[in-house]
Amino acid sequence: MTAPALEIASLSKRFGGLPATKDVALRVMPGERRLIIGPNGAGKTTLFNLVTGDLEPDEGSVRLFGHELIGVPTQQRVHLGLARTYQILTLFPRETLMHNVVLALLGLDRLRWNPWSALAGHRELYDAAREALGRVGLGDRADRVVAETSYGERRRLELAMALAQKPKVLLLDEPLAGLSQAERQAVRGLLDAIPRDVTIVMIEHDMDTALAFAERITVLHYGEVIVEGTRAEVVADPRTREVYLGD
Amino acid sequence: MTRRSLIALIVCAAVLAAVPAIIRHEFYINLASQILIYALLALSVNMMLGYGGMVSLGHAAYLGVAGYACILLTVAGYGQLTAALAAVALSTAAAALFGVLSLRAPGLGFIMITLALGQIVWGIAYRANDLTGGDNGLTHPARPMPFGIDIRDASSFYYFTLIVFAVALFFMWRFARSPFGASLMGARDQPRRMRMLGHNVWLIRWITFVIAGFWGSVASILYVYYNVFLSPHALSLQQSAEILLMAILGGASTLTGPIVGAVIITLVKNVVSTYVERWNILLGAIFVVVIMFMPYGLVPGCRQLWQRLHSRRRHKAVATASEPAQ
Repeated sequence: MTAPALEIASLSKRFGGLPATKDVALRVMPGERRLIIGPNGAGKTTLFNLVTGDLEPDEGSVRLFGHELIGVPTQQRVHLGLARTYQILTLFPRETLMHNVVLALLGLDRLRWNPWSALAGHRELYDAAREALGRVGLGDRADRVVAETSYGERRRLELAMALAQKPKVLLLDEPLAGLSQAERQAVRGLLDAIPRDVTIVMIEHDMDTALAFAERITVLHYGEVIVEGTRAEVVADPRTREVYLGD
Repeated sequence: MTRRSLIALIVCAAVLAAVPAIIRHEFYINLASQILIYALLALSVNMMLGYGGMVSLGHAAYLGVAGYACILLTVAGYGQLTAALAAVALSTAAAALFGVLSLRAPGLGFIMITLALGQIVWGIAYRANDLTGGDNGLTHPARPMPFGIDIRDASSFYYFTLIVFAVALFFMWRFARSPFGASLMGARDQPRRMRMLGHNVWLIRWITFVIAGFWGSVASILYVYYNVFLSPHALSLQQSAEILLMAILGGASTLTGPIVGAVIITLVKNVVSTYVERWNILLGAIFVVVIMFMPYGLVPGCRQLWQRLHSRRRHKAVATASEPAQ
């Protein structure tokens, strides 16, 4: 049996007295598309922060292909094949789109320690960055500064940066948030085009897109997993309705 | 590098090389050497401040560690070169330790720890009478004779300083445009994102701290050679603050900014102070005016101003050219 791409067991995190994540268990198999839903404050983003190492859990374990991540610094988790996008855009606003992706590529390249050679001279990095931008339809915007681009373009840049790193497990935190209908369609197409050797865990509120995208769905409520199963199972489950529609 | 900046560089280099021939007066040649030394200190603190977003108020500590080590080793009978190299090595090692201590805390905590470390070095220099001579300071036996060249007079010492300065500047220029420099600036702007992209933000900052400490130590050796003397006044908090102000005044995160800042502050300190008693007030006024109108410092501010004037003139030119057609 192959190890799960991402295996979370009895993961808990409290902020003061408030439990943000309560005994969460999750198994995502390689190549799977997993959707995490839940009302605001359900602890979805907190869960991502625990997986990436932005937060340290009070207890529990997170394994990436069998490799324990708890106690491993964030940047090393990235070297193990983890990547994420942020719900609140976290980019380098004064830099060009190209430079943003180059920083993503540098993160996994030994070249990042080189204090002597000229960065601009490394054509291969820029070619790879241009390709990554091309994949999300930003090829012609590569030299534009982030601050001069539209919100939808920035969302796609987030995606380009994550994909440029060729991750094994990709965490997408509301990749469609704040996008127009047309932009949603475009990003949706980009997500569908991601090859199956990338495992994807996605938080999303846009149910139409999200439900169509994911095979399995986990519902979080007050930091707990209350329902998990296939699309049909979760939609049919009365507890899902309870959480979303109220009684 | 564009053709225009290459020409600008050649002109600057020529002017700098011609300084002793142009000004002739020994006082002003020495002043030029002093400016170069301060510019190097400001440039090294700017590697942290401008590119790394780390505000250090303890940079004068390297003047203490490298300076006293250099003098003490020379007095103990070691060769000038050995003494200088050992002093720089010791001071860089101190930077490695200071970095570990300071980088435990971000932002304000970092400033306070660097300040405290600077004060500790100052306190030791002040109190350890047997070693440092306390308030009386220590005299360096003599300027060295690199490759047998006598650098005791003002203009040859100026050239010696200029060569060291040029080498340091070249390294810093490469540093600023290198992959490591890009990582450092990324860590300044979005540390959390940088971690999530696989960058070791702590290590990037620490390495920068050590490199800045190294160049600060090199400048400190020049400082000792220039004054042939060192006392605790050289490593006071005011010294650290002045070095930091040079970088901020000229424009942190640029390579030319700290140099411009060092020129202005050193000139005000040395030249204006002979005419005006309260030169500190003038310095303060300059600082306030610059920060009010050019919050990013003189060099970026002037660049912006020039661009605006230039585009307006071009605008006007286009407008007049298109008028007859209307």
